[in-house]
Amino acid sequence: MEGKYLTTMIDARLWGILVDSFTKILIPGLTLTIPLTAIAFTLGLIIATITALVQFANVKVLKQIARFYIWVVRGTPLLVQLFVVFYGLPHAGFLIEPFPAAVLVFSLNSGAYCAETIRAALESVPVGQMEAGYCVGMSYLQIIFRIILPQALRTAFPPLSNSLISMVKDTSLAANITVAEMFMVTQRIVARTYEPLALYLEVALIYLIFSTVLTKLQNMGEKKLNSYGHKGD
Amino acid sequence: MLEIKNIKKSFGSTEVLKGVDLSVEKGDVVAILGPSGSGKTTLLRCINFLETADDGTMVLDGQNYHLNTTSKKEISALRKQTGFVFQNYNLFLNKTALQNVTEGLIIGRKMPKEEAIAIGKAALDKVGLSDRYDYYPRQLSGGQQQRVAIARAMATNPKIIFFDEPTSALDPELTGEVLAVMRQLAREGMTMLVVTHEMSFARTVSNKVVLMEDGVVVESGSSKDFFENPKEERTKTFLRNLSESLGLVD
Ligand SMILES: Nc1ncnc2c1ncn2[C@@H]1O[C@H](COP(=O)(O)OP(=O)(O)O)[C@@H](O)[C@H]1O
Ligand SMILES: [Mg+2]
Repeated sequence: MEGKYLTTMIDARLWGILVDSFTKILIPGLTLTIPLTAIAFTLGLIIATITALVQFANVKVLKQIARFYIWVVRGTPLLVQLFVVFYGLPHAGFLIEPFPAAVLVFSLNSGAYCAETIRAALESVPVGQMEAGYCVGMSYLQIIFRIILPQALRTAFPPLSNSLISMVKDTSLAANITVAEMFMVTQRIVARTYEPLALYLEVALIYLIFSTVLTKLQNMGEKKLNSYGHKGD
Repeated sequence: MLEIKNIKKSFGSTEVLKGVDLSVEKGDVVAILGPSGSGKTTLLRCINFLETADDGTMVLDGQNYHLNTTSKKEISALRKQTGFVFQNYNLFLNKTALQNVTEGLIIGRKMPKEEAIAIGKAALDKVGLSDRYDYYPRQLSGGQQQRVAIARAMATNPKIIFFDEPTSALDPELTGEVLAVMRQLAREGMTMLVVTHEMSFARTVSNKVVLMEDGVVVESGSSKDFFENPKEERTKTFLRNLSESLGLVD
């Protein structure tokens, strides 16, 4: 019954296009979207941690630079940032390839958002943890890196996972700067076959699969962290 | 061994410590008593530089310090000679019981790992937690956490351990195990400065008692004199209120 319904809705030609395009879209997903996300998010986390720490530790000039960076990045659209770097900078003499441009923009962008997440998590660690560290003879930096930051990163794990999932979807914007990732490939197939509804739904489904896998990983990660007795009294 | 003179500390316009003197000899167990808000916690925190006192001097083991001009370097050297047990334990939540004890040795003092672990295990054995080395704080009861905290404080072989109401956050049935550990420590000659509301501890374990109120020391002396022969009228009232609240007097 259902099969009959489908075959009347989707004729054999369309079905062929969908099957054919599935791998065509999935391959740039595996070779571009995932590497782009993985590299940019890793760099973003490093930037975020440094940015959060200089604010938390109240390092004079660096703190102001951190605030300025967050203010600019959070206050401007991601798409505009991509254009500035890829189309704008060459005019100032900085030529940059599409993929590195995307890595740069996505890592700076997620760096700013995650910095705020991590800063809030650092501030949520009870002040007694710091004092106890002093009392057993540890230095400020030793306490930060061994006691405060690990606890903060655990607290920040769920919101950081959200940022990661957002980034997977945001990488579709890289199509605008000629990165041939999943969305761009889909657009090309649509131009050739003129089946926008089916194909855009198909690429949406692939993003959904990626996000679902990440959500599952997030749940597993949280379980593992909780098994250390971090959460829940 | 520890001599404090004229500690003063204000928070904004409230003067919390109004010139407190205190003297602790090696092997002393000094109980600091006093109503809540009298400045006991602030006193301990100033001595360990968790707060910067506005004025006052300290002599520890023959070394002189001015409490508000001591350098960071001196402070960290000083802290390595003392231990601190907090009212709410403050165990490192991301470390196991054993790691809580070894952290100050391996990281703070650069002790070889094996040596630190041996000391850490011995310290936990001593507080009766040989079966809890690998438990995280959140997997331990309050009494167990506080015993880990005591093990952590004593593992560094300090000259003195400060205790800030170590049993106040505990359910009544758990205070006994912590007090027993402290009693044992006192018996072994550890020098201790203990803010407490446990009168039986002050009476039977400590050899000196200090009564504080409103940022000043009302009376201090040997534990025996304090309880049996108080000089100050305020001390008598304090002891009378106490026994009334405990239902010892009708
Ligand atoms: N960080 C602080 N800021 C402002 N006031 C404080 C601070 N710490 C303590 N106080 C005040 O100092 C007084 C003494 O506090 P505390 O030393 O904790 O007393 P105790 O330990 O004897 O109960 C209280 O009135 C308290 O409100
Ligand atoms: Mg107190």
